Amino acid sequence: MKVRIKFSKEGPIKFIGHLDVMRYFQKAIRRADIDIAYTTGFSPHQIMSFASPLSVGHESIGEYFDVELHSIVSEEDMKNRLNSVMVEGIQILDVAVLDDKEGNAMASVSACDYLVSFSDKVMLPEDWKDRLYAFYQQESIPVIKKTKKGEKELNLKEGIYRMEIRDEQVYMLLDAGSGSNIKPGFVLETFFDSLAIELPAFPFRIKRIDTYKRNEENRLVPLIARA
Amino acid sequence: MKSLMLSEEILMQVEKPARYIGNEVNAVMKDKKDIRVRFAMCFPDVYEIGMSHLGIQIIYDMLNSFEDVWCERVYSPWVDLDAIMRKENIPLFALESQDPIKEFDFLGITIQYEMCYTNILQVLDLAGIPLLAKDRSDEDPIVIGGGPCTYNPEPICDFFDLFYIGEGETQYRNLISLYEECKEKGESRAAFLRKAASIPGMYVPSLYEVSYKEDGTILERKPLFPDMPSKIVKELVSDVSDTYYPAAPVVPFIKVTQDRVVLEIQRGCIRGCRFCQAGQLYRPVRERDVDFLKDYAMKMLANTGHEEISLSSLSSSDYSKLPELIDFLIEECNKRKINISLPSLRIDAFSLDVMNKVQDVKKSSLTFAPEAGSQRLRDVINKGLTEEVILQGAKLAFEGGWTRVKLYFMLGLPFETEEDIRGIAELSNKIAALFYETVPKEKRNGKVQIVASTSFFIPKPFTPFQWAPQCRKEEFLEKAYMTRTSISQQLNQKSIKYNWHEADASVMEGIFARGDRRLNQVILKAYEKGCFYDAWSEYYKNDLWFESFEECGIDPDFYTVRERSDDEIFPWDFLDCGVSKSFLLKEWHRAQEETVTPNCRMQCQGCGAARFQTGVCYEKRA
Repeated sequence: MKVRIKFSKEGPIKFIGHLDVMRYFQKAIRRADIDIAYTTGFSPHQIMSFASPLSVGHESIGEYFDVELHSIVSEEDMKNRLNSVMVEGIQILDVAVLDDKEGNAMASVSACDYLVSFSDKVMLPEDWKDRLYAFYQQESIPVIKKTKKGEKELNLKEGIYRMEIRDEQVYMLLDAGSGSNIKPGFVLETFFDSLAIELPAFPFRIKRIDTYKRNEENRLVPLIARA
Repeated sequence: MKSLMLSEEILMQVEKPARYIGNEVNAVMKDKKDIRVRFAMCFPDVYEIGMSHLGIQIIYDMLNSFEDVWCERVYSPWVDLDAIMRKENIPLFALESQDPIKEFDFLGITIQYEMCYTNILQVLDLAGIPLLAKDRSDEDPIVIGGGPCTYNPEPICDFFDLFYIGEGETQYRNLISLYEECKEKGESRAAFLRKAASIPGMYVPSLYEVSYKEDGTILERKPLFPDMPSKIVKELVSDVSDTYYPAAPVVPFIKVTQDRVVLEIQRGCIRGCRFCQAGQLYRPVRERDVDFLKDYAMKMLANTGHEEISLSSLSSSDYSKLPELIDFLIEECNKRKINISLPSLRIDAFSLDVMNKVQDVKKSSLTFAPEAGSQRLRDVINKGLTEEVILQGAKLAFEGGWTRVKLYFMLGLPFETEEDIRGIAELSNKIAALFYETVPKEKRNGKVQIVASTSFFIPKPFTPFQWAPQCRKEEFLEKAYMTRTSISQQLNQKSIKYNWHEADASVMEGIFARGDRRLNQVILKAYEKGCFYDAWSEYYKNDLWFESFEECGIDPDFYTVRERSDDEIFPWDFLDCGVSKSFLLKEWHRAQEETVTPNCRMQCQGCGAARFQTGVCYEKRA
């Protein structure tokens, strides 16, 4: 059976990269004595799939991965068992047994939302909030995106589903589909570029809020969508 | 959530920030209010190396089992962070609390290899602790060294307040209790060290004086006070099945060199190879009880979640309950999809059968360590491995489907001749030929791959070869070229790959290994000139080292290529590892006579280790 796990990654643990987080969970599943399924062959490994890699330095309260299990006592029991072997900064928020027809975590991801704050070193103009709204309200935001194959021109606006200012932070809901993924830092870099403001190194603190898929009605819902 | 010593900007700049944030699974957090002694345990190399070391995990676990002590870890910051810390005046800190090392009561440094000596100075320097022990005040941590290199601590004795000679499990409780007592009474650092010198195994270098003869060798060494021991006997765990062992070792986030559960099955080695320092230092052999090992194996796997377990010892095949232990591990690990890794097994029918069960034959390679190319030289070094045994093992392995063989040799062994060196090529060739004889053409899956590697022999203290002259760099390289040429002349040369080590660092390691107190100034100078991470070839700066010797007026050849007389007083003679100097000398003479000495299980040789009244010395012999 397929089970989806939602977790958070906050504090110093944000400096652990995606591959090491995967290794961390492989070991955690052993410590928690979860009845996970393994691939066959000479070097069997756990059947596990992560939704959307989080960049080093970003925090999140909406990370997901799927595992294939032979058996489970209950969703609650699995959540408790995993939480009893976590390190500070990583918490299991939810565990859900999936429908057989549910697609795997990685392929399901359509969007992520983020909350971004600025480092003290960013020279914010006094009217930055107005300017950010104006930036967002443009009909089209043409940008050049560097890809592995070279440079590609695209309309950034299409990938920004929502943008708001919440206190002194910026909230963004962005396209996170494979191939069309937009990084929150890239959006804000484009904005500051348009203001001709030079950014210092590491200008943003970024926290992912949740990861979304599209349901039957094509609406964005979290990867674990509780009624 | 605790705050980190390093800012976000710094952590985002440096390679692998996970090296510096702590918080790993099983890392021990305590409340500063509840403890009396803070101990920082350091491995003076990068995190991934230090975290792979079993000894630190044992001591860490033991010290944290004491209610009044909090032991934390610290490693050498990598060169990128080192530069930032110096520029921004950031003090070196411990991983768990992120507090400066300078605030600790003890800084314990494990010294596993000579090429880390400058990293010891890096750690002290970044911590803001005066490099020389004599310049430290009551505010500074007590700097204590341990590990194999402390069996000749003299080249680095100026940098340490105290050395712990021998196995760490036995005397830390006494040492820490003494410290607490002194602290309570408000006694000085000097008063504490003076008292500590009376605890068995403790060596306080500042309390001893050495004088030299005109030829540079030692005339005499004596304690400054009459009540001080003139000989310091190593500490040793009598019952290795009733002692500290970490049931829940720290699990790093990033991949480290030894990323698995390590089960130390025994301490010591019965073999007595004459080049091997560990084989003498850890005598007598003491086996851990097989039930103790089974119990710990299961606990450690459950507490870490590691996907691999490895057996550790100097010669695993000599562990008497090996079949029982391996059967148990295979059964339990298969259930849990856990890999078993078995280093240091003698290749024979039993080990091949086991390896067949635990590894993918197609992917794994066989390892033989003949160490010398000819039988004559193997007798000189007392490596009880014959060509017949090697070829038998290889034949069995080829029949079992193995096609890759690794061979380890040393160049520059005492009494080595050109014929011995050619023997390396000839043995490699014989093994390759054996493959083509053994495996019929239609069953061959490509060529056989033989990888022959040589390292340069470095004489070490407390071995029969401590009297031997070491080769010069030019001699080393000449021997390596000769090996390469001989291999290229073999019929099966296309199946043989040859690797050899750099010679510069081997020469330097040899200088430190048998060095004396006069080397402290050279090491300090080299560090000041920018030497550190000498164990990493890309950072090793040979020119700066030789410059430092010259400026100090010290001839490096004195420590390496010189002939030593039988009655020379060595800088490490005041330490007693259990094996007597007269035994080592007898072995040195037997080496010259090419006479093999039977191992401890076959016949006691009276080496002296029996006085510890444990281990193989008290086993019944067949």
